[in-house]
Amino acid sequence: MAGQTKTRPGTRKVSRAGKKAKATTASRSKAQSGVQAVKDLTIKVCMGTGGLAAGSQDVIDEFAAQLRVCGITADIVKKCVNKTGCRGFCAKDVLVEITLDGETAVYQLVTPDKVSRIVQEHILGGDPVEQWLVGPEYHAFHDKQTKILLKQCGQIDPEDINAYIEIGGYEGVKKALSQTPFEVIEEVKSSGLRGRGGAGFPTGLKWEFCSMSSEAVRYIICNADEGDPGAFMDRAIIEGNPHSVLEGMIIGGYAIGAKEGYIYIRAEYPLAVGRLEIAIEQAKKRGFLGKNVLRSGYDFEIRIKQGAGAFVCGEASALMRSIEGKRGMPRAKLWRSAVKGLWDKPTVLNNVETFANIPLIILNGAEWYRGFGTERSTGTKVFALTGKMKNTGLIEVPMGMTLREMIFDIGGGMTGKNTLKAVQTGGPSGGCIPARHLDLPVDFDSLASVGSMMGSGSMVVVDQTTCMVDLAKFFITFTQHESCGKCVPCRIGTKRMLETLTRITEGRGREDDIDLLIELGNDIKNASLCGLGQSAPNPILSTIEFFREEYEAHIKYGRCPANVCKSLRQYLISPEACKMCGKCSRVCPSGAIKWEPRHTAELDKTKCVKCGACYDACPFNAIM
Amino acid sequence: MPDEKLRITINGKVVLCSRDETILDAAKKAEVRIPTLCYDERLEPYGGCRLCIVEIKDFPKPVPACTTRVKDKMVISTETDEVRRMRKNILALLLSNHPNDCMRCEATGNCALQTLSYEYEVDGTRFAGETWNLPIRNDNPFITYDPNKCILCGRCVRICNDVVMAGTIELTGRGFDSRPDTSFGRPRSLDNCEFCGQCVSTCPTGALIDRKAVGRGRAYEMTKVKTTCPYCGTGCNFYLNVKDGEVVKVTSDFEAPVNHGNLCIKGRYGYDFIHSQERITSPIIKKGGQYVESTWDEALDLVAQRLGEILQEYGPSSVGAFSSARCTNEENFLLSKLVRTVFKSNNVDCCARV
Repeated sequence: MAGQTKTRPGTRKVSRAGKKAKATTASRSKAQSGVQAVKDLTIKVCMGTGGLAAGSQDVIDEFAAQLRVCGITADIVKKCVNKTGCRGFCAKDVLVEITLDGETAVYQLVTPDKVSRIVQEHILGGDPVEQWLVGPEYHAFHDKQTKILLKQCGQIDPEDINAYIEIGGYEGVKKALSQTPFEVIEEVKSSGLRGRGGAGFPTGLKWEFCSMSSEAVRYIICNADEGDPGAFMDRAIIEGNPHSVLEGMIIGGYAIGAKEGYIYIRAEYPLAVGRLEIAIEQAKKRGFLGKNVLRSGYDFEIRIKQGAGAFVCGEASALMRSIEGKRGMPRAKLWRSAVKGLWDKPTVLNNVETFANIPLIILNGAEWYRGFGTERSTGTKVFALTGKMKNTGLIEVPMGMTLREMIFDIGGGMTGKNTLKAVQTGGPSGGCIPARHLDLPVDFDSLASVGSMMGSGSMVVVDQTTCMVDLAKFFITFTQHESCGKCVPCRIGTKRMLETLTRITEGRGREDDIDLLIELGNDIKNASLCGLGQSAPNPILSTIEFFREEYEAHIKYGRCPANVCKSLRQYLISPEACKMCGKCSRVCPSGAIKWEPRHTAELDKTKCVKCGACYDACPFNAIM
Repeated sequence: MPDEKLRITINGKVVLCSRDETILDAAKKAEVRIPTLCYDERLEPYGGCRLCIVEIKDFPKPVPACTTRVKDKMVISTETDEVRRMRKNILALLLSNHPNDCMRCEATGNCALQTLSYEYEVDGTRFAGETWNLPIRNDNPFITYDPNKCILCGRCVRICNDVVMAGTIELTGRGFDSRPDTSFGRPRSLDNCEFCGQCVSTCPTGALIDRKAVGRGRAYEMTKVKTTCPYCGTGCNFYLNVKDGEVVKVTSDFEAPVNHGNLCIKGRYGYDFIHSQERITSPIIKKGGQYVESTWDEALDLVAQRLGEILQEYGPSSVGAFSSARCTNEENFLLSKLVRTVFKSNNVDCCARV
């Protein structure tokens, strides 16, 4: 990526900037007279949702204001301060990239109060503020990645179609339209691209099924209802490079013979929705959408449908029902959606990331694409790294990279002294992979072999302070709440599993609870109607498989090894370690700790609500 | 190829099916019974209750019979130990959120859940947990809705939306709390309800009950008398449920060629007149300005005599007959015959010419 080669702040630039520093006073006076304006300056502020949450709007406003004050005219401000999409390194947002006379420096954790010094010392003085520049972990985070989809995210202005066209955007559409639909499908088929929504169905095959239909009206749908806890891949792609998704859909629509496309996106992504709307408008004006696309005779429209917040609407048939205006519930699969999908017409539904891959495949060829990844899982995959790691954020790696490389090389390892215990892949539908499987290559088939799944690509890393029973409970609480209620195993089965887990974490577990969970879990997997129910027990079944001893500790010994389950906690004050400071007594909300000056604190267990406030407050580790 | 026949084996029996038939259709042909709760012939297959799961040779896991189409040479087993075990668990899950008060439930003896629980020897204790305990809804004169007995088979919702097209009820809520209801839980009358009772007719449990028949007898105490609806010309059939010589309620006749078990409010709930005290049960003749109760013989003699006089004096065109759409086709035919051949008049009509 461009930023990767150029963004080498620190050493290289300091010497050069040092020379410039002498000119500071001079340039400031120039600035005031308005001559400063002509510097070749680009400021890129991360304006993805992660950046916005960290306050990037304030930062961008502050830059604009400061530059104006310094005499760099408003006109230039508009040009040189760019909004960009997410660049993935959300742990250090707001990220600001400043390119001054061809030299690029990246600042991390920028807040509005830092802007003035950056403008004065760096932009006017030519001397980057070294202490705020990104550190080596920024490079570690980026260097091991292979960015083809996210390459432009964080580089181009997502609200400007010209920025996309300048880097070769919509060339894929042009090339596809010069071929026959059959050739396009063959190209996608031979690229080996598999659906990025989770199940990994070969995209080319899906298109082929649909293109063979005898029905004239067909639809193509982009599934942007990204709902897994901890997943934000699709959001980042849309926020950073919405045109790539549109381009993929246009090519897909042409290949299967659809004249209408829908983007089903969750309403909780207002920024992404807004950018898609802008992108569609711009693409229409340029003739990439609408009647007679690029004078090829092919008509194609894209509509946006916002989801109302149901997780199950990410399931293909529920999503289609939702577009039809009905309650979003999965339909029994009497027919494939390539035969009867939206409004009973042949329909192809692909994920955002899948579509974003398409223009690259068409433009660069299937051969090029197969160069990434493994034989059966080609290409790259975007993952959302979250959890107890140093560098959380969005990464793109070739398929087949091991979990260890992703977590320790890119993610920078665990925070503090914590050790890695497990990785939850695939969100609530996936499973927990224990530390001993860290060298597992991440592709569709390997993950399935250990009872997990690729899912959409969320990856939650947990350490020894996480209780696996509690983690399983978290995910089943989510799936239970999001069950549509249609089929019995999912609606009532997940509820009973949740109740069983709740009683285990509260110390009321029964001897046969583990067997009950396994039997019920497998029945739910086998008998549920849709993917939600069929995968809901995965977190429980995989944690039982790999961390059975934790379940047993809860049930048999009333002990939570990670000391997370509140009801099982027992607090004790060690009279030897107590330094009689009384902090514990002051924070105790239930008056359970008796303390007088120069006396050791005493805990009344009958009053204790096990909130842990005393444990956190004690500076001497006297509370256990 | 519409005529193409697929060879399916179900529990060792071979049946020929067409491509768009489901395993459940095939099982019916083979006279193999597969348990269902969410299936109703009047509705599209739903696949919600998951009780109809069956095993197919070389398939990795069981599939629901109602929503799986047959394929050639499919070998299906409907009663394997594994399938029966799973059905047991599904029933146990349903019963774990069910009041299980069959002794005072109106549907006792006519409840699919009860029948299957008996057959599979299950109760709700294995997965006992939270239950709903919601208030019973009696906000209209025809339908009692006890949500606690609802198993969310979705049949009431589908019949209301897809057959009646009234859209009064829909599944609401999510997860464990989803249940059929009107929008915002308003009374049905405010939500376009036609009180056709179609939802009651399809409910497999005691969640939806004909309110007028509550406490008036068990299913096994009723004598079912098949009849044709007296209200309009459609000619719907249904069963009058009679106990101790009194019509207690109306139930659907799913074999009926005209209505397939579907009825409107009049057919299903308009039977009060049968035992009405105000109903006139013998002919009344006006004598000297007074209405006097009479006998059929006297009345018919009088009518025949007067008609004869009029015909003789003024000719056939002076008389006519107007029959009712509430009569059967046969009755209407007879009246027309009487007028045309006996009166020799063409003045005959019926109110059903809409």
